[in-house]
This record gives sequence, C-alpha cells and structure tokens, in this order.
Amino acid sequence: MSITVPAPPAAAATPPPPGGAAAVRRRGPAIPLRYAAGRIGGAAVSMLAVVFTGFFLFRIVPGDPVRAMTRGRPVDATQLAALRHQFGIDKPLIAQFGDYTLRVARGDLGTSYQYKSSVSSLIGSHVWPTVYLVGTATLIAALLGLRIGVRSAWKHGSRSDRANTGIALVLWSMPTFWLGLILIVVFSVGVGPIPGMFPTGGMSSPDVHGLLPSFWDHVRHLVLPCVTLIAVIYAQYLLTMRATLLEEIGADYLTTARAKGLRDDDVRRKHAVPNAMLPAVTLVFLNLGTAVSGSILAETIFSWPGLGSLFYEALTVPDLPLLEGLFIFFSAAVILMNLLAELLYPILDPRVRTS
Amino acid sequence: MIADFRRRRAGMSGLAFLVLIAVVALAAPLFITSHDLSAVYAPGAPRQAPGSDFLLGTDGYGRSMVDVTIWGARISLTVGVLATLLAVGIGALVGVTAGHFGGWPATVLMRVTDWFVVLPVLVLASALAAVLRPGVGTVVVAIGVTAWPRTARVVRAQTLSVEARPYIERAKALGGGHLHVMRRHILPNVMPLMLAQATLTVSEAILAEATLAFLGLSDPTKVSWGTTLQLARQVGAVSANDWWILLPPGAAIVAVALAFTLVGRALEQVLNPRLQEQM
Repeated sequence: MSITVPAPPAAAATPPPPGGAAAVRRRGPAIPLRYAAGRIGGAAVSMLAVVFTGFFLFRIVPGDPVRAMTRGRPVDATQLAALRHQFGIDKPLIAQFGDYTLRVARGDLGTSYQYKSSVSSLIGSHVWPTVYLVGTATLIAALLGLRIGVRSAWKHGSRSDRANTGIALVLWSMPTFWLGLILIVVFSVGVGPIPGMFPTGGMSSPDVHGLLPSFWDHVRHLVLPCVTLIAVIYAQYLLTMRATLLEEIGADYLTTARAKGLRDDDVRRKHAVPNAMLPAVTLVFLNLGTAVSGSILAETIFSWPGLGSLFYEALTVPDLPLLEGLFIFFSAAVILMNLLAELLYPILDPRVRTS
Repeated sequence: MIADFRRRRAGMSGLAFLVLIAVVALAAPLFITSHDLSAVYAPGAPRQAPGSDFLLGTDGYGRSMVDVTIWGARISLTVGVLATLLAVGIGALVGVTAGHFGGWPATVLMRVTDWFVVLPVLVLASALAAVLRPGVGTVVVAIGVTAWPRTARVVRAQTLSVEARPYIERAKALGGGHLHVMRRHILPNVMPLMLAQATLTVSEAILAEATLAFLGLSDPTKVSWGTTLQLARQVGAVSANDWWILLPPGAAIVAVALAFTLVGRALEQVLNPRLQEQM
C-alpha cells in the first residue's frame, strides 16, 4: 500500500484571520476563530453523515432487520411482530428516521438484542479497556515509528534504511489477526525451547492478589495484544515519517544550515525534523480509524474485554442495535480526535496561524 | 517506462512471484479434485502433523494443507481482484468527475471522500457484510465500497493537472463535450496511475478478505485463506499448537500482499518522478 502523506488540513486554504494584517502583528489568537468554527462545523456535518449512514446501513440495507437478526433461529410470527415493535420498525420509514435521529441526539443508542440492556451502558462498561489498549499501543508505535522513520530518511539508501523499510512493508502486508494467533502459539502456548510466557487472553487472572503481583499480572496480559496492535500501526508511522522527511532533505534551508557549519545532528534535530513533524502528528490522529479496526481484531483474538470484543460478539449474532451503536460511537470517536488534531494544528504550525 | 520498471528489483521479483501464483491458482483444478477438498469425505485424519502422507499435514477436517492453501489462492485472488475493480471504478468515477467539473460538485465529492478516509473501514465493511447475507459476493461489495477513497484522491489530483494542459482547451474549443473530454483525453492520461493504485488496492483487498472471512462474514464452505484460518481457530489449532494449520495460509497472505505492494510501489515510482528521487 502506498503511504500518501496527508495534506496538511487546509493549511493553504485557510482564510486569513479576522482583522487581517493587524491581527497578525498582534500575533492573533493561538487558534484563529474562523478557522476553528469551520473545523467544528465540518466535524458536525461528518457526524450527521455518520448518523444517516447508520440508519441507512442498519435499517434499510438489511431489508427486514428483524429477519436478519433472527436468521437461522426458529421464531414464530408473534415473536417477530413483538421484536419489530420493540425496535420500532413497524412504523413508516420517515417516522422511524425521526425517532432514530432524536434518540441518537439524546445519546440513547437503543437496546441490545443479545444483552437486553441499553447499548450506551454496554459501551460505557467496555470503553476503558479499549482506550487503554489503543492508547498504549498508539503511543509506543508513534514513538518507535517516528524515530526510526527519521533515522531511515536521514540515511536513506543505507542498509539499515532498507532493512527498516522492508520490515515495515512486511508488517504492513500481515493480517493482524494472524499475527495475534502466531504470537499466542509462540509465546502463550510455547514452541520448542520457548516456554509459554504470556497468558492467552483476558485482562487479568482471577487468582492473583496484592498490589504488585496483580500489577505484574496485568502487564503480562497486556504485552501480546499490545504488540499485535503496534505492528499494525507502526509501519504507517515509519513510512510516512520517512517520506515526509525525504521531501525536506533537498531543501535549501538545510544546505544553508550545513553551510553555517552546524553539526549533522543539529541540522536534523533542529531544522529538518520540526518541519517534517506536522504531517506525522496529524497522522497519529488520522490513523485512529486503523487503530480502532486493529483493536477489534486484537481484542477478539486475546479476549480483551473491550469494545472490540463487544463488536465481534455483536457481529456473530448479528445484534444490529449494538452494531449500530458501536458504529456510531467508533466513528464519533475518530471524528472527534481528528477535530482535535485540526484545532491543534495552528498551535503547532505558526504558518497556518498567520497565513 | 517498462524498461524503467524492469530496473526495479523489488517490483520485478514481486511481479514474478505473482505470475507464478496466478499460474498455480489457475492450474489448481488439474491436480486438486473436489474429493480432495471435501469436508465430509476428507482424505486424511483431522489435524494430522506434517509427514510422508501429507507434506504440510491436514486441517481441521483432514484435508491436505498443501491443497487447501493452493485452492485458497483462487478465492482470495478472485475476491481481491473483483473488489479492487469495484473500488478503482468508484474511485476513478469520483476522481475524474471532481477534477473535471470542479466547483461545488468537487467540494461535495471530496468531502465525502475525506469522510470515508477517516472512518474506521473495518467497522463499516464488517457491518455491511453482517447486514447483508454472508457470502463471497457480499465480501466483494463490502470491500469495494470502502476501499475507493485513496484512488479518488490520486485520480482527482492527476485530472486537475491534465485539465491544465493546452490540448484540453483545444478539444473544448473544437466542441468536445464533457463526456468526450473525460473519456478521450483525461481517462487515458489517468490510466497508468489507476493501474498503480489498483495494484496497491489488491493487496489491501486480499488482507480485508482474509479479515472478513476470519470474522465469519464470508461463506465458510468456500476454501480461502481467511476461512482456513477461521476453521483453524474454531477447531482449537491455536491452543493445541498445530502450527502447520496456521502457518501456510498466513504466510501465503503475507507473501501475496507484499508482492502486490512491491509492484504497486515500483509502478508509482516509475510514474511519479518526484518519488523516484527519493529512492
């Protein structure tokens, strides 16, 4: 897959801040108001589109959602009718859509077919393990990927660059779930001389007590799912950082810096990297969608009790209200994080602020 | 251009590998019979370790892992290519339309594209596959309608640069309509880039097929790399340490996806001189 560098969000197209030159001279607010309003408006439109897609995907595409959910199970006509009434799909489509939009706007995501409890409370009770897993993995993958990406680009064409790029491309071509399975076989079950070091799944063992032992037990549970997830996102960070920095490498200001007699390290750290850093930071946020997808697989393989496992269970039923709720929640989370990245952008890059 | 591609070793070895796999997959019916792949009348005992009877052992039903892996290439490649055709088709349509007309249609189309880029694709694709009837066709559609945005972006950028060339103005001045300009002048110029994008998308689609099949959203009776791995997990191959069931399909996915990626990257570099300097 090609790693296209995401265009800096509206860096070039941003209208000048109100007040024009005067505002620039006073350095203006850290985040230009009109810019911020535009981004927030854009995110709101995206969110609306998600809500519409949710309705279309789970109410219209299946034909009869109740039949889709009860596929392969013996149900009689009265049960079907009761279910249809419960999910409100015995009403005309327009009325359904009105109900649905109002419900979602109130934060009510309906009732799970499988658990018989509200989708919002299910998400609430499963969200933290996922945040924790995705957060840890993203942090480690970003630190590793960006750092190695910088080194690769700086010494491009060298043996270490080719090795790093090669590893990244292999990881990129690897199915997440398969990597997880192989890690379980090698490090949990044990192969040959390697003993089973890590637990096969879950977040903790029930028989461990005391602060330090349970902390250690917890870390041991985290290692394998975390490694799986890091492998998914690491490659993209490395390749993007490398590509971005490579574009800077021929730039005149770097020649100037070198001509001034700066050490190579200083040229890299103080001149080249800060300029290449911005697309990379954006990427960390943009990539959250990939991280969420990866977390579904990692959690499924390692029975990590988070939203990913919940999504997998909902898929197998299929529990449409729960799927719908999770779809909206995942998308909302990603849109929100992107909005955050766009709002942070002018703070990180003065060129966006004053343009 | 072809000579330029030939000089790229990674791309050439990827291409050679893909040709080999394609030949093997096409020839598979000559040496694998439906009897070899029957789940009920499987030729061996379930989960037999590699030995003289079965070079790579047997899967959860007792079928030879060699046969299953080779046959899996057929479904995995077919789904990968079909989903890619759909994705690149949608991407090209959106990209050329947005690039040619500009104005508000472009704004709307590119907003939709950006929206798709951001969304968690697997969530969308698997939800779609769960809602429709599980099966190979569903998987193709689910991947196709979610994998197009990158192609759309690349094609739009290229269309914009082609639109600025004088011969487009000439064609318009001579009375060429929108459809004529798009078909006869823009499309041929966007084609090579579309090919590069398509190659990269195939690798993505093959990974997505395996993932969706593994999540149980494909037809479990069709032998593909994803369904083989799903079956392996169901019969407990992971905790029993039956590595011979897990290794071949996964290795095949990695090898084919990597080969497509290498070819695609090499094509991109040949077509885009700016990338070329970077290597």
